[in-house]
Amino acid sequence: MKLPPYAELLGLSIEPGAEAPVLVMPFADAVLGRPGFVHGGALGGLMEMAAVGALRQALGDDAVRIKPINLSVDYMRGGRNKPTRARGHVSRLGNRIANIEVLAWQDDEARPIAAGRINYLIVR
Amino acid sequence: MVGDIPAPAFGFDPHRFFDANVRGHGARLGIGYVGHGADWCELSLPWREDLVGDPASGVLASGPILALMDMATSVGVWLRRGAFLPHATLDLRIDYLRPARPGQTVIGRGECYRVTRSIGFVRGQAHDGNPDEPLAHVAGTFMFMENFG
Repeated sequence: MKLPPYAELLGLSIEPGAEAPVLVMPFADAVLGRPGFVHGGALGGLMEMAAVGALRQALGDDAVRIKPINLSVDYMRGGRNKPTRARGHVSRLGNRIANIEVLAWQDDEARPIAAGRINYLIVR
Repeated sequence: MVGDIPAPAFGFDPHRFFDANVRGHGARLGIGYVGHGADWCELSLPWREDLVGDPASGVLASGPILALMDMATSVGVWLRRGAFLPHATLDLRIDYLRPARPGQTVIGRGECYRVTRSIGFVRGQAHDGNPDEPLAHVAGTFMFMENFG
């Protein structure tokens, strides 16, 4: 997975995974919201990149184009002064639509700080 | 109906807020102030190469537009409440109606249409020149921190 310029702005790095990569976002001024907490928009951006990573790995074909249709995020805990991780799960991969669930966490994957659902249009 | 919230302690000026906001995610994205009313705010996100999500086309990533709308609706809540009170995004849903045109500044308008003791309800749209041709639509909620432990 090649990261776009926006992912570099967020400082993202990739940890490969068997089913989907984990995307890691360091805590930095560039992703700061209210003092001491990660910005909700940056967190959503991280989760979208994690969704793209999961979908790209499931598709296995970089020639296929994908377009985001919509995204719904529940913010469950404040993101603190530490790295945030996110991983997507492709719950359904169809011919035209992919449904993806994403969790973001910091210390413990079982205690997510945000959960998202994202739908992509697949253009083959 | 806003009768069930306490009277604002002081006003909130988003223009001054964004002029002073030289740090953080909004500043890094280049988000700026455009205008505001009693319960809404418009912010701008100028196109920039490092915000691109698809280098082949130059189309902006969806993340910066989500951040723009999160901030515009957030300011809408402060305006409706008449004070810069702490809150956190509880949920946000965004529909990407079409790609933003490469090179165009995106304008995001966020409105707070209802507040209760604990929650602000928001909605908004983004466009890149013509408000009648929106490129994104959002709906969401903010939770007010002072009423939570």
